[in-house]
Amino acid sequence: MPNENTISRRGLFMKLGILFNGLIATALAVPVARFLLSSVTRGRASAYLSWVPLGHVSEFPEGETRLSTFRNPYVTPTDGKTAETACWVRRVEGEQFQVFAINCAHLGCPVRWFAQSGLFMCPCHGGAYYRDGSRASGPPERGLFEYPYKVQDGMVTIQAGELPTPGAPTASLFGKKAPCGARNELVSIESKLSASSETNALLRKTKTWA
Amino acid sequence: MGVIGQIGQWFDRRLQLANPIREVVEHPVPRNTASWFYVFGSAALTVFLLQLVTGILLALIYVPSAGEAWSSLQALNHDVTLGWFIRAMHGWGSNFMVAIVLIHMVQVFLFGAYKFPRELTWIVGVFLLLMTLGMAFTGQVLRFDQDAYWGLGIGASIASRVPIAGPIIVKLMLGGPIIAGATLSRFFALHVFVIPGMLIGFVCLHLLMVLKLGINEWPMPGRLVKRATYENEYHQLTRKDGAPFVPYAVWKDLFFAAFILLAVAACALYFGPFGPTGRPDPTVIQTAPKPDYFFLWLYGLLSYLPPSMETPALLIGPVVAIAFLILLPFLSGEGEKSWRRRPIAVLTVLLIAIILGTLTHLAGYTPWSPHMNAWSGDPVPEQFLHGRTALERRGALVLQVKQCRNCHSLGESGGQRGPALDSVAVRLTQDQLIRQVIQGGGNMPAYGKSLSPAETTALVAFLETLHPRGQAPARDAARDIALSADKDHRQGAPR
Repeated sequence: MPNENTISRRGLFMKLGILFNGLIATALAVPVARFLLSSVTRGRASAYLSWVPLGHVSEFPEGETRLSTFRNPYVTPTDGKTAETACWVRRVEGEQFQVFAINCAHLGCPVRWFAQSGLFMCPCHGGAYYRDGSRASGPPERGLFEYPYKVQDGMVTIQAGELPTPGAPTASLFGKKAPCGARNELVSIESKLSASSETNALLRKTKTWA
Repeated sequence: MGVIGQIGQWFDRRLQLANPIREVVEHPVPRNTASWFYVFGSAALTVFLLQLVTGILLALIYVPSAGEAWSSLQALNHDVTLGWFIRAMHGWGSNFMVAIVLIHMVQVFLFGAYKFPRELTWIVGVFLLLMTLGMAFTGQVLRFDQDAYWGLGIGASIASRVPIAGPIIVKLMLGGPIIAGATLSRFFALHVFVIPGMLIGFVCLHLLMVLKLGINEWPMPGRLVKRATYENEYHQLTRKDGAPFVPYAVWKDLFFAAFILLAVAACALYFGPFGPTGRPDPTVIQTAPKPDYFFLWLYGLLSYLPPSMETPALLIGPVVAIAFLILLPFLSGEGEKSWRRRPIAVLTVLLIAIILGTLTHLAGYTPWSPHMNAWSGDPVPEQFLHGRTALERRGALVLQVKQCRNCHSLGESGGQRGPALDSVAVRLTQDQLIRQVIQGGGNMPAYGKSLSPAETTALVAFLETLHPRGQAPARDAARDIALSADKDHRQGAPR
C-alpha cells in the first residue's frame, strides 16, 4: 500500500509523459505563434512602406484637388482590385503639394472632394474637412491623414503602403504640415519620430531615396 | 421481432445509446413550461442547423479570394441553378438567427431563468450571442462587396484606437497592411471553421446543462429562488406536476421551428439574396457604405457620440456590457423570478429595445450624413424664386452651386445634417446669417474662404427672403435704433 508521499512507477511515467508532451507543445507553439503574427512582425521591419509615384507634376493643375490612384507597394497574388488605393492630391502651388488619404480620419470611409464649396465630405457619419485637410465639422477628431510626399524628376511620389487608421504609428507620420521640398519633409519627419527605431529604419531607407 | 427490430438491437448492443436517448426524450418537465414562450431556444438551434447546411452548400461555389469572391457570388446569383435561393436562405437565416437569439435572451432574462442553478447556462448563452454576432459580421465580410470593404475599414479604425496594441490588432485583423487578399482569407477561416466550431461546442454545452438542470419552471410571483431549497423544490415540482418532454412539450417546439423555417424560406423567395453591392474596388469612392441590419444601431451611435467620448465609449462600452451580462447571475442569483415583480428588469429591456430601435431607425435614413449628390440633383424650387430681386436670385444660385443643400433642405429636399432653410430668416437676423455663413460653427464648416464678399452678400440676401408668408423675418431692433441714431446724427450734424 503506497502512502501519500511516495509515487508509483506508473504514476511517475504518466507525469513524465505529460511533461514531455508539454515540452513538445511549447516548442511547436513557437512556429505557430510566429506564423500567426507574421503580418505584425513583417510590419515591424517596415517592409510595408515605400515610395510610390502618383504621376507627373503637370497632371495636377495648380490650386486644384484631384483624385489619384496607386497600386499598393506590398501585394499578394489574391489581392485583385483591392491592391489599388485612391488618394486626393492637392497642388497648392509650384512643387508644393498635399496628398490626403481617401480614408476619413473618423472611421475610414471614403471622403469625397467638393470643389465648389471647398470641402471634403464623408458619406458615413458626416465628417467634413477644409481644402487643406483640416477638420471642419462632424465626428472626426483630427484632420485628414496626409501622405509624406516628394517631387522627384517631375514625379509626385508619396510614401504609402498601410491603411491609415487613427491609432496607427504611421498616422503620426501622416498629417504633417510641411508642404515643401522632399529633404525638408524628411527632416521634419525625422525630428518628430527620431525616438522610434522602427521609423529610423524607415528613414534610413527613405534617405537613400532622397 | 421483425428484421428492423433485430437490426436496431444489433446496433444498440454496440452503441448503447437507446437508454440515454430514451431518458432525454422522456425526462419530465413542469407542465406549465409547455408554453409558446419556451420555443425560442429550439428555434435558434433549428436556424443554426439551417445555416450549417446552406453554408456548406454555398462553400461548394464560393471562392474566398479578394480578386474572385465577388464574381463567384455573381455566379451564385445568376448562373448556378437556385444559387440565389441558397444565398437568400443563408442571408435571411442569419437575420432570423440574430433576432431569435435576442428574443430567447430577453425571454430567459424576464423569466428569471438565469438565476440559481442555471448561471453557467446563461453565461454560455452570452458567449453564444457574441459568437452569433461574430458570425453575422464575418459573414458580411465574405459577401465581399463595397459595403464589406469599407466595413472592414470601419472595423480597423475602431480596433486601431485600442491603446498601445491598436496597430498590432489592426494588422492581425487585416492579415497585412491593407484590406486585401489576406483579409478575406482570414475572415473566411473565422466564418467557416473557427467560430462555427466553437458554436457547435458551446451549443452542446448549453443543451447539456438544460437537460441536466431541467428547464426553468414557469415563474410564479412570490415563489422565491433560494440556493438552499431550490433544487429540492424543482424536483418535487417535476415529480408532482411533471410530464414527459416528448410529446407533452415538444410539439410546440416542432411547430414553431417549422414556422420559422417557412418564414426564412418565404423571405428568401420574396426578397431574394443580399447583394453583393458594387465591386470591392477601393478606387471607386462613390459609395456610402452601411453595415447589415443588426449593426445599424452601432453605425447610428457612432455619429451621435461627441468626438471626445467616442474612443472611450467604443473601447470601454462593450467590455462593461459583456461583463455585466456575465456577472448578472451573480448579482441577482436568488429571489424573485417573475417579471411581474421585477419592474426594473422590464424597464431595462424596454429602454434598451427603444434605444436600439431608434438608432436602427435613424441609421435607415442617416440624417447626419450630407447628401453627397444634392448639388446636381435638386435646383432651388421655383416657389423660392418668385418675386425675388436679381441679387436674391443670384444668392439662390450661390446656394445651389456651393452645395449648401448637401446638408440643408429647402422645400423638403436636401440633406438633414443642418437645419432646414425654409424659414431660416425667422430664426436668424441678417448679421447672424452673415456670421454663420462666414465663420460656421455649431457643426457647420466656415465658408469665409470659399465665398467672395459679393457671393456672401447675395446668399444672405436670398436667405433673408426665406420666411413664411405673413411672418416677418427676424431683425435686430437695437441695430435699427443704432442705425437710425447714426442717421439722425449725420442729418443733424450740419445744423
